[in-house]
Amino acid sequence: MTPNLESVPESAAVPTAREMVRVEHVTKQFSLRHNHSLKELVFSALQRKKLSDTFLALDDVDFTVHAGETVGLIGFNGSGKSTLLKTISGVLFPDKGRVLLRGRVAGLIEVGAGFHPDLSGRENVYLNGAILGMTRAQIDAKFDEIVAFSEIEEFIDTDVKYYSSGMFLRLAFAVAVHTEPDIFLVDEILSVGDEPFQRKCLDRIRELQEAGRTMIVVSHELEMLERLCTRIIVLQKGRTVFDGDPTTAIATLRDS
Amino acid sequence: MSGGISGRALAPTRVEQAEGWRAPGQDAGWLNPVRERFLLSLLVRKELRVRYRGSALGMLWSYVKPAVQFIVFYIALGVFLQLQRDTPAYAVYLFSGIVVVNLFGEVFGNATRSITGNQALVTKIHLPGELFPWASMIVALVHFLPQLLVLVVGALLFGWLPSATSALAFVLGIVILLVFTMGLGLLTAALNAAFRDIENFVDLIVMVATWLSPVLYRITMVEEAIGGTVWWWLYQLNPLTIVVELFHVAFWRYAPDVVEGVAGDPSLAAPGEPFGLWWAGLLIAVAVFVAGTVVFERTKRRFAQDL
Repeated sequence: MTPNLESVPESAAVPTAREMVRVEHVTKQFSLRHNHSLKELVFSALQRKKLSDTFLALDDVDFTVHAGETVGLIGFNGSGKSTLLKTISGVLFPDKGRVLLRGRVAGLIEVGAGFHPDLSGRENVYLNGAILGMTRAQIDAKFDEIVAFSEIEEFIDTDVKYYSSGMFLRLAFAVAVHTEPDIFLVDEILSVGDEPFQRKCLDRIRELQEAGRTMIVVSHELEMLERLCTRIIVLQKGRTVFDGDPTTAIATLRDS
Repeated sequence: MSGGISGRALAPTRVEQAEGWRAPGQDAGWLNPVRERFLLSLLVRKELRVRYRGSALGMLWSYVKPAVQFIVFYIALGVFLQLQRDTPAYAVYLFSGIVVVNLFGEVFGNATRSITGNQALVTKIHLPGELFPWASMIVALVHFLPQLLVLVVGALLFGWLPSATSALAFVLGIVILLVFTMGLGLLTAALNAAFRDIENFVDLIVMVATWLSPVLYRITMVEEAIGGTVWWWLYQLNPLTIVVELFHVAFWRYAPDVVEGVAGDPSLAAPGEPFGLWWAGLLIAVAVFVAGTVVFERTKRRFAQDL
């Protein structure tokens, strides 16, 4: 669902001079192996056939993000946005170049990735908090706040498999935004839930911006990004084609 | 895959480190399970909950499976093949081997599937990968405890009493078994992320393991058959053989029936009593563990893209 544009707050981000993320000439190549079997490996070795095709997901991507900035990553499907985010979060590793970070990172890469349907809401809050790098004490301290944010108090001890998809996403988002990282990586999650909940999420993002958090946001909601971000990077087939003013960035993507 | 992935090229220099820079996805390596105890405990709890979702018997299943196994083997081998005639307290002998092979199979099998089974997490969030095979091992240990309890009660019924020798043999056995199996499990977990054939291969090994260690029959029978050949040495150096024999010493060898029987039939005593080749077992286990850890550490950065 597209967020109502009126509800998107103006960016509250205040960029500073302190560098938080350095992406230095990052290149990432994927091999498209067709399936996972030893048989295939043996046969291709016998026939001296090339086992896999490769494609360049990221090609010499280079930029720096400063503390307090909210940087948008836009581009069409397959342009390398998510790969770049995963490289920054440490799930994937660059083939060439390197990524450096300052401070703690939390990725909202696909909300609810760590949720398990057979655990209760409460168990999932603990499991996901820990997965996102919180300690037991931190989760204990934030627990009530997380549950209040998600608005599912009465179902917190119910197994997550009985939740509606909206309830599930609200709880997952609530955990993620309460992890208090220095650097936030957000992948296409601002389109979850109904309108009141979206407004709540966007308000929360604004609060985080005011608190001086650094954010890197991937989304297809261009208008929303234009309002939220201080800067937008346009990716095309793994290359950076534009890096700067949000309005110009969106125009660049639309023209391409 | 062009292998340009080296940890050193990515690491920040010393000057950069002093400024607070670090590379993403760096962790404590093989020490992770100790550093991340909280997350590990939550993963274990998750596994245990998920395992018995919607099952009425729940944890009882971890008694049912070995019980059925025991009854089948006891009837087929003990009664029909009459192994119990020459082996006093054959039931205890059999069960102390079965628990070893079961623990081996469960740790090995679960660890192998631990990375592929947690695909949703591995491909989306950076987590210390070692936690998954370690969580599998701890889950297997939780299932091992009730079996151990049954074994102890069974042995006590046959007049066995715990002693310093049995305690030491048990501790040696369990340490060798866990170190060895975790080493294998780390290795196969890493390989299974790239080639799913590995998990079928592991199932095969687990199936064969019961027969290639003295679980059902006595080790002296093997010596009679192939003693003096290189096979006999290989058989003896199999860490599972060593562990099973240690468990026999711990729970069976010093039961009154057996001690009495040894007087009339010296073949009841295993070679090198009481602890046999424990040092060889420990050495092999540590070597396998180191090899498994090294392979796991070197390949874990590719899990997310291989899955």
